[in-house]
Amino acid sequence: MKNVSTIIPCYAADTSGVCSALYELGGMTVVHDASGCNSTYSTHDEPRWYDRRSMIYISALTELDAVMGNDEKLIVDIVSAAKDQQPAFIALCGSPMPMMTGFDYRAVAEDIGHRTGIPCFGLETNGTRSYVSGASMALEALVREFVHDMQKDSFDGIGVNIVGATPLDFGLTGTVESVRKWLEDCGMKFISSIGMGSSLEDIRRAASAKVNLVVSYSGLGSARYMEKEFGIPYVCGVPLGNVQKDACAAELKKAACEGGSSYAPIKRGRDIDKRADMVVIGEAVLAGSIAYEWSVLTESAVDVICPPDTDAELSPDRKDIALYAEEDIKAYLEENGIKTVIADPLYKYVLPKGCRLIELPHFAFSGRCFARDMKDMVCKDLREMWDI
Amino acid sequence: MLKTAGLDRAPMVRLGDANKGEFFTSGLEYNPPARGVWNIVHTGMLVPETHEIFACAQGCLRGVILTAAEMNALDRMSWISVSEQDMFDGTLESDVVDGVSEIIQKLPYRPRAVLLYLSCIHLFAGCDFDIIIDQLKEKFNDIRFSDCYMTPTMRKTISPDAKMRMQLYDALEPTDIDKKSVNILGNDRATDENSELVKLIKENGFTLRDITACRTYDEYLEMAKSAVNIAYLPTAAIGCEEVSKRLGTKGLYLPNAFEADKIRANMARLAEVLGVDTPDLSKQEEEAHNALEKARAVVGDTAIAIDFTAVTQPFGLAELLCSHGFNVRYIINDALGEDGDAFDRLKESHPDIEIYSAVNVNMLHFPEQEHEKVLAIGQKAAHYFSTDYFVNIVQNGGYYGFTGISAIAELISEAAVSKKDRRRLISHKGIGCESCI
Repeated sequence: MKNVSTIIPCYAADTSGVCSALYELGGMTVVHDASGCNSTYSTHDEPRWYDRRSMIYISALTELDAVMGNDEKLIVDIVSAAKDQQPAFIALCGSPMPMMTGFDYRAVAEDIGHRTGIPCFGLETNGTRSYVSGASMALEALVREFVHDMQKDSFDGIGVNIVGATPLDFGLTGTVESVRKWLEDCGMKFISSIGMGSSLEDIRRAASAKVNLVVSYSGLGSARYMEKEFGIPYVCGVPLGNVQKDACAAELKKAACEGGSSYAPIKRGRDIDKRADMVVIGEAVLAGSIAYEWSVLTESAVDVICPPDTDAELSPDRKDIALYAEEDIKAYLEENGIKTVIADPLYKYVLPKGCRLIELPHFAFSGRCFARDMKDMVCKDLREMWDI
Repeated sequence: MLKTAGLDRAPMVRLGDANKGEFFTSGLEYNPPARGVWNIVHTGMLVPETHEIFACAQGCLRGVILTAAEMNALDRMSWISVSEQDMFDGTLESDVVDGVSEIIQKLPYRPRAVLLYLSCIHLFAGCDFDIIIDQLKEKFNDIRFSDCYMTPTMRKTISPDAKMRMQLYDALEPTDIDKKSVNILGNDRATDENSELVKLIKENGFTLRDITACRTYDEYLEMAKSAVNIAYLPTAAIGCEEVSKRLGTKGLYLPNAFEADKIRANMARLAEVLGVDTPDLSKQEEEAHNALEKARAVVGDTAIAIDFTAVTQPFGLAELLCSHGFNVRYIINDALGEDGDAFDRLKESHPDIEIYSAVNVNMLHFPEQEHEKVLAIGQKAAHYFSTDYFVNIVQNGGYYGFTGISAIAELISEAAVSKKDRRRLISHKGIGCESCI
């Protein structure tokens, strides 16, 4: 069955994606769910929880309030908390129970917005989808609310936003700082990071960028919105390795100067017809970027499995597969004679006999278990890092 | 002291002004990063040779799976995710039966029992758990299936924790009773061997059974033989009552109190049920008194904060410490539990003690406020008062009675002079469980 797992974990859910994406921006995020359910996010999906405070709360939904449709309690509770804490915005999302009762997020958000005078948006999560869906929804809502068209930055070169970085994919490894430094080394200017590493004020200036660097699938929706609304093209890829980073830089410059978005930094291209015996399992853009670098280093085909979901455009080679079920991943690895896998350490349980695992801890999968082993891969030599 | 002026919902109330029951208006909740309390995954793992299977939405699965992963027990846990479609297409029951069947067939070992957990959405949708269990029993007649619940939305009826501590003994069935044996039920850690409770049982020739000591499933099943079941945690009381009724044995709830009269009454009640002499506890009581005096000398006037996760009767402990001259200033607790008598007396004698909510949103930045040096009893208190001087226990730490008071007094003395690695200790999920982090 596709919805069964004997041993490997599931990925973080959509509600965690929302909370993670909005964590650093001074807003209040409310998850409409039972008391105690916030410990899943705050323990397993949020590495910043101990050191950095954020107004992420749970509504403490009860059976009675759910059955009686007592939305007024939630509204009054949020209004009260907003009065005490004065958040920059309020985001409301929820779990399966509100979905079952037909809870109207948008209407309730609008009501709260009227009562508080604080921007409020409802995000229709339901706890059954992956964090990519939630983070994507949250970032797009954020951009729609706070990013408005403006003059391009006066900087002579190319202003760039990093879109879609959250600790769920990158941990607390300093990845955003590294990308920022890399941009500057390439003669480009960092405008904001929409996800982590920037304030809401920085993000308000996002439309002054000439191009967006989308580092995860979570950032693709907001990048597409900015392309449509502000004419800012985007490039998908994480600048890692010696070849990949140059591809990212070249594509960013090309997109900024000539327009047109690009998926080239995750496209392995010339190897698509070859049968791969190497696979990367993980988030679509990061895994695609690793696959690109790895295929160049080894001159071999590399496939990508994206359990947290992917998008047709994120698979320019049509070699990136959205396999979710444990049995499907296991079968794919076995049936295709996969010899080497780059994936989270907990995938060890489903590897075929003799298959080598190169460990790439993914916070959205194994949470705190291997957080200390997560690495900033930006501009790093993967051959040196992984002995490949 | 927290600045509460102007707040719509203050997270602090003076004990003298507090009403009995819930101390704060319920509302949005914050989750402090203190992870020592056990959850239903940890508790279920106490049954040897069993496999836990959770059926719920991805968001709910995540917490339980990673609990198992962190305690290096992923091989004892499987799951079935529930999608939007599943909730509305009438396949809730069959999906669970098919999913569990597939999991069992794929497992590399044959579990003796399966703890099957359904979630809020199943119960809300009217899922027929009995049919699921019946069908599974029919398919796998060598495996015991127990219905378990991850239903925090329904917590106002019975908390998932209390329900878990009840279902933990679901596989026990009526059998021949061994009159010389006793169970302690509902604990997640062994009761202190030096306690008057354990000594009364063992020194009178009774066998003591406790799930925390069971190494095999057969040992666990032997718990059904015990003539008397004892519980002393509030979350274990209802389970003790249910198991005793079902097995036709005697159930005793002997709450873990800090008042001498209640401790004596508990022991007298147990002695009567066991048909043995009531023990003379004057020596233990005197030792407890001495330990408290010694601790008081070490602690001095340092302010003390007690939280409800450390001990089941925080007002009871506060009263005891105050009576020995400790400077108890703060109690973290959202609702009054079973120590209402101590609450009433303290309200009169120490009305300026401040009661803080553990979950009120206005506690978010409380740790960053300036605090005097505080000795905390419990992880949440350590977090909120930003102190490395703390007693790191949950649910009384397995201590009981006068000997328990002595032990806790010693922990207080130790905590007063030795800093602890707060971040590491309170981040560890489930005190006493393995942890890979």
